[in-house]
Amino acid sequence: MWNLFQIELYKISRRPRTYISFAAITAIIVIFQFAFKADGESYMNLLLQNVQDNFTLDKGKAINGYFMCYIILNTLLIQVPILIALIAGDAISGEANMGTLRLLLTKPISRTQIILVKFAASFVYTIALLIWMAVMALFVSLAIFGVDDMLIFRVKGEESQILQITQDDIMWRYFAAFAYAAVALTVIAALAMVLSVFAENSIGPIIATVCIVIVCTVVSNINVPIIDDNVKPWLFTSYLVGWKGFFYINSTEDGVPIKGSLENWPAIRNSLLILVAHIFILLGIAITAFRKKDILS
Amino acid sequence: MKKILSVLSFILLATAATAQDVEALIQKIKQKLDQVKDYEASGKMKTNVAFLKVPVADIKLYFKKPDKIKFKTSKGVSFIPKGAVSVNLNNILGNGKYTALDAGTDKIGSTVVRIVKLLPEDDNSDVVLSTLYIDETNLLVRKTKTTTKENGTYELELTYGKYISYALPDKIIFSFNTKDYKLPKGVTFDFDDGTAKKPVNKEKNKKGRAEIVFSSYKINQGVADAVFL
Amino acid sequence: MSVIVSVQQLFKEFDGVKAVNDLSFTVNEGDVYGFLGQNGAGKSTTIRMLLTLVKPGSGSIKIFDKELAANRSEILRQTGAIIERPDMYKYLSAYDNLSVFARLSGIKVSRKLLMDQLEKVDLAQRYNSKVKTFSQGMKQRLGIAIALVHDPKLIILDEPTNGLDPQGIADMRKLIINLSKEQGKTVIVSSHLLSEIEVMANRMIVIDKGKKIAEGAVSEMLDPSSTIVQLETTNNEKALNLLHQSQWNAFVEPSAGLIKFRMNKNEIPSLAAWLIQNDIGIIALQPKHSLEEYFLSLTNPENHVEPVSN
Repeated sequence: MWNLFQIELYKISRRPRTYISFAAITAIIVIFQFAFKADGESYMNLLLQNVQDNFTLDKGKAINGYFMCYIILNTLLIQVPILIALIAGDAISGEANMGTLRLLLTKPISRTQIILVKFAASFVYTIALLIWMAVMALFVSLAIFGVDDMLIFRVKGEESQILQITQDDIMWRYFAAFAYAAVALTVIAALAMVLSVFAENSIGPIIATVCIVIVCTVVSNINVPIIDDNVKPWLFTSYLVGWKGFFYINSTEDGVPIKGSLENWPAIRNSLLILVAHIFILLGIAITAFRKKDILS
Repeated sequence: MKKILSVLSFILLATAATAQDVEALIQKIKQKLDQVKDYEASGKMKTNVAFLKVPVADIKLYFKKPDKIKFKTSKGVSFIPKGAVSVNLNNILGNGKYTALDAGTDKIGSTVVRIVKLLPEDDNSDVVLSTLYIDETNLLVRKTKTTTKENGTYELELTYGKYISYALPDKIIFSFNTKDYKLPKGVTFDFDDGTAKKPVNKEKNKKGRAEIVFSSYKINQGVADAVFL
Repeated sequence: MSVIVSVQQLFKEFDGVKAVNDLSFTVNEGDVYGFLGQNGAGKSTTIRMLLTLVKPGSGSIKIFDKELAANRSEILRQTGAIIERPDMYKYLSAYDNLSVFARLSGIKVSRKLLMDQLEKVDLAQRYNSKVKTFSQGMKQRLGIAIALVHDPKLIILDEPTNGLDPQGIADMRKLIINLSKEQGKTVIVSSHLLSEIEVMANRMIVIDKGKKIAEGAVSEMLDPSSTIVQLETTNNEKALNLLHQSQWNAFVEPSAGLIKFRMNKNEIPSLAAWLIQNDIGIIALQPKHSLEEYFLSLTNPENHVEPVSN
């Protein structure tokens, strides 16, 4: 199994398409950083809107490395599922398309092992992407933009809020957020894997995964009560943005944030459990379907 | 109608009768304030605005006569309520020309205070009306209410302690109006944890408070002009 | 001689179509076993069932005297295969492809082992070239190297000469014969061309529409003593009745339409004489020498309904 896992990682590492994702992430992040270095002020003004009528804001350092990382993740984590699908959606169908699947399956390895190993390899790839994102979006941003307190702009129901988290209370939240994102993106990997089992070319499952994610995300963001109450809880995409929960700091009655606190840990925990359940169910479907499948490619 | 007229005329008469006294009272307070040429105050500011969750900030307040005032925070990111410059009474009393009116007395806690209304004579002044609640025995302003054209009404409650002889407060509670803050929907893709369903009290939403507690003042030790840039 | 592969009453349906219908056969140790059938006859489905790529609908497959389903890994460890096209990881080199599949076969790999294997198929010079730069022939040779690298006892080759040039085909034949004769391997080779099976296989099965048509030793099928003779007469029904009562009855093969005999070629004149004696009008009396024609006649009878002209 370990041998098989190494081979799978080796195969992924030798494919040019693997690095497309890293290049794409790097490009997006660098563009963000460049744009904010040049004119972050306008963006900050847009977010602050009329707050500046009532407050004098020292926002010179408001655009700091921590804030940049949050802004980048906010955008990027919606796109990353495409990159995950690129690898996980190809896992089985790509081999079927290339013709190597039938050779692979005549080797003394069980199909369950193959799914598990390919899933594990996709997971490692997901982690690698996230680590790369952390390096680029967080650490490089910190180097470029410096360190300071972080402002979180948030829409909470009917209200909008600005939360300020002190700089000594941020790093652990990022670690937790990246860990959460890893779980969320692993759901995408498992979904792509399931679709991959049923397809004989890799384009289908990649596009199907992306479409499912887009449709569910759009539905998740339709702010209509009937959808909020009845549909949203059943869409895994509603939980994909749960990493942000780690930045929703709890505050006292007077509105002073409590250092090291989370506003709603149970909600984050439940989201995590729901995502983990998705992973197991999807993986179960992938294994069952793959075991039953006649390989005719 | 007669009644109303008589009440009005009584008030006017009373005001006229006491205008001289009020003027004198203000002058006395100004004299007391005048002994402070500059100061550097250190303290903590707690901001309480519905949409703003910010930590208690370490602040420094610099003042130099006649009306230079500057807030500085130890950290880079800070929200300072705009009207907060009026925490210094010189900024209310300093700018010369106004008409002072006596509006009777009231009580703050157990202290009887005189209510003085100041009407600026300059039509272009942002301030429309300032109301001062003055502790006449100690010559201290305990509370002010300022109505402005642009920034609504703000209130100042001052509590004195160690620096009472300079008429410098230990604690200021600054209340102000805020405009509604709303982010464009869909921009942020927020995590909805299902807790935001409660209806929001709009009225309460529009009041902000900042509480500043000063721990120390350095008085008349000189403050460089560069600080105020 | 021990039985390597034993297939009993194998069935497989795809969407209601019987791809393999009650198929039974055995392959003995050291056989080059030809699997003959036209495209779509069920060869590939059968071979894929032997390699666990397709699940049998029913029936039993035993390889090395063990149930395939229950001993999959153990059996596959001793089996090598090329299924249709030799497809590899195009973005990996020949050496890396061989290394990956050797490791997947569960053997310990060393550089020497892999290079020796590449040497055997004449790819040692190109060991570091990516497979996407390879010709069809080179890929096929690499496919052979992959199929053989773990020294399997049973080698299954599905249409191994497809897409090869004449030299490639000749090399492949030589290799298959060599595997059996020199190395004592058991080989199952499928083809839709009888000429190919004819030169390589010692035993063969002919299948059509998923059913077994014939099975036996290739030499027997080519043997003049068991030549197939086709007879067309003015009255086939009468002729058959007379034949059944004569000494020729033993040679008559069950057949629809034409009358068929399996007999020694030398006896054809006597048969002709007997037919004339018994007043049977002969339209055609034709011996089938080539296995190719035999195969075609079995799998596609219409080819021979038309009167033979010569």
